[in-house]
Amino acid sequence: MEEQVTVFKEAEVPRLSVGVSPHIRAGDSVERIMWTVVVCLIPPLIWSIFLFGIRSLLITLVCVLGCVATEWITQKALKRPITVKDGSAVITGILLAYTIPPGVPIWTPILGCVVAIYIAKQLMGGLGYNIFNPALIGRAFLVATFPVAMTSAWVRPEVYLTQAPQVDAISSATPLYIIKHYGLPALFEKYGSQGKVYLDFLFGSMPGCIGETSALLILIGGLYLLYKGYITWHIPVSMIVTVGVLSWIFGGEGFFQGDPIIAVLTGGVMLGAFFMATDYVTSPNYSTGKIIFGIGAGALTVLIRLKGGYPEGVCYAILLMNPLTPALDQWFRPKRFAPPKGGLK
Amino acid sequence: MDNSALTFYKGGVHPPERKELCEKNPIEVMPLPQEVSIPFSQHFGSPCKPLVKKNDEVKEGDLLGALESGMGAVVHSSVSGKVKAVEECLNPMGAKVLAVNIQVDRDSAPIAYQPTEWRNNSPQELLEKVKAAGIVGMGGAGFPAHIKLSPPKEAGVDTLILNGAECEPYLTTDHALMRERSKEILEGAKIILKILGIKRCFIGVEENKPDAIRALREAVDKGKEDNEIQVVVLKTKYPQGSEKQLIYAITQRKVPGFGLPFDVGVVVQNVATTYAIYEAVALGKPLYERVVTITGKGINRTANLLIRVGTKIKDVVDYLGGTREDLRRVVVGGPMMGFAVPTLDIPVTKTTSGILFLTKEEVDESPYKGCIRCGWCLDACPMGIMPNEIGIYVEADRAQETGQFGVFECFECGSCAYVCPAKRPLVQFIRYAKTKAKR
Repeated sequence: MEEQVTVFKEAEVPRLSVGVSPHIRAGDSVERIMWTVVVCLIPPLIWSIFLFGIRSLLITLVCVLGCVATEWITQKALKRPITVKDGSAVITGILLAYTIPPGVPIWTPILGCVVAIYIAKQLMGGLGYNIFNPALIGRAFLVATFPVAMTSAWVRPEVYLTQAPQVDAISSATPLYIIKHYGLPALFEKYGSQGKVYLDFLFGSMPGCIGETSALLILIGGLYLLYKGYITWHIPVSMIVTVGVLSWIFGGEGFFQGDPIIAVLTGGVMLGAFFMATDYVTSPNYSTGKIIFGIGAGALTVLIRLKGGYPEGVCYAILLMNPLTPALDQWFRPKRFAPPKGGLK
Repeated sequence: MDNSALTFYKGGVHPPERKELCEKNPIEVMPLPQEVSIPFSQHFGSPCKPLVKKNDEVKEGDLLGALESGMGAVVHSSVSGKVKAVEECLNPMGAKVLAVNIQVDRDSAPIAYQPTEWRNNSPQELLEKVKAAGIVGMGGAGFPAHIKLSPPKEAGVDTLILNGAECEPYLTTDHALMRERSKEILEGAKIILKILGIKRCFIGVEENKPDAIRALREAVDKGKEDNEIQVVVLKTKYPQGSEKQLIYAITQRKVPGFGLPFDVGVVVQNVATTYAIYEAVALGKPLYERVVTITGKGINRTANLLIRVGTKIKDVVDYLGGTREDLRRVVVGGPMMGFAVPTLDIPVTKTTSGILFLTKEEVDESPYKGCIRCGWCLDACPMGIMPNEIGIYVEADRAQETGQFGVFECFECGSCAYVCPAKRPLVQFIRYAKTKAKR
């Protein structure tokens, strides 16, 4: 079949665009990466609505709107290009919501949004120039301003896969709180058995922050990002393995009596390892640096959990590693293929 | 050696090949245009000195420009006709160069070149023939071939590599040549081996060109002589055809920064250059025509055209039936390293391997953003340098400090910019940094 085409003779050729090589580009863009991350974060939210009720959705919406609005107003005020469409503020909002207990008053996170976007991101120069993970700065600020709500407004999940736990003083306490104050046996007693604990924790039917409880759903999202090549294995694997190993060695009554699986499945380890510590801007660019970053974040998490004042340490662990990023990038560079003779300059 | 595909170990990208647009096309001879503009500078080095003036009659193959001093290559007339002017014209890189404009006598008899026996010539005589034919590296850089073929004795060159990787997407020039002129390329290889006084030669071809590999292997089997010529299969990965990556893939030798292939005992020639060397030595024909891939979705018909040097792109477009409505960009060379041209009034030169007519959907023109520090460029860079840092330093007006990131090792393959999700013009940043940084 003859194809119908409009053909120009040389004299009629439309004006040509010029530009620097390469003239073709891979399909991935900042927008596509960011919105893919958003999609990967949706399953834990849906599950959270089942677990903790509609409050999960409302708080997440408040956070997303708060972050997007803050970004828009800030960029307007600073006369910068408006970049809310790139999706990065949406991610910050979702991640901030996911680290908040579902029982807090719904308006609580707004202040966290302002701090996360205005101070931690835009005042640092915007996307690409922030030193700290904005969502985690927002959460840290909320913990400091609303210490009671942020550490006790837990909600007992409405769905338990195994058995409904006894209603008692610790029924809505997080597993990490129980481990810290009552020990591992108390946890097993509460949930029935060690196996049931694993199962519940894998699926996330335990009290916890809005989006951090289901290790499985977070893992699925994280694996998809790995498959797309948007993140690499280095940080998640090194961080999770470090948390597991150190918890196994130091987390029990004696050495090597801790439970690495519970340590990894509880709290924010999975969410932090796949979605927060892998933030491009605030983590190292190159593989060696990434592994050290992950090990550091994992070790600090366990240190805070075991010796610090809080039952959970992921947030501060990542925040403490963030400012090391430029140094790690300086120290651990790619190996040059063939530097000039006489060594590197 | 086993038959598994060889490659380099670090970095590289896999852009869509788009070779299907043109790879099946046989080499087709383009009729003579009305006029040609032959630049005096089609090579790396200083321009030639013009030997003709207005109203001179020239014959196909006549010398137009002579070597004056330093590095360079002579230029011949690609047509018979009358010199209309010696004036400036725009070359594909966007620079104004002196060129000779010839009104083509389309009725003149074509010149027939007769094969001569070259095996009786001494290496020095062969080298002189290469020099007299004005041969330059036809892969794109345009390095004069006779200089490449006279390495210093102390370099201890022991290996010749023919570059048939053609790793740039779209381009099928070398592919068509290797498929249809495999015997001649092999003959060219033997000439180069004799000039260099060595026995070992590898012909590296990416595995996406199985018919070319087959044709070359057949030619090698039939033409066995007292030398070791071997066709090696390379993995299809950009920039496999980059000199340093190619040498590493085949010999595991690393050419150091600021170094040349003969620092590791290797001479590399493109297969099209090898074919030109064959024509120069065995036929006595100077380099004044070449195969050019004309492709892309923006041209009415794609072709592997044998074109006289100096033919304007606009004449090529008219011969192939015009361009399509959604044509957006015309690139001379490959899509990764080629030059976008602002007009079609530009001549084909000895180094023009392809002319791409790209449509809106093929060219990415999205504006660039700030670096989000994903680090993808670090994984894509085959040289292990840091394009992200160089870009940020350039933006911060600190380009002079970028030597520490390896800016001078960059050969501008564009892999970093290709993968960059923020669409940053990293090659542009690096070019700028090279002008400012301290060596």
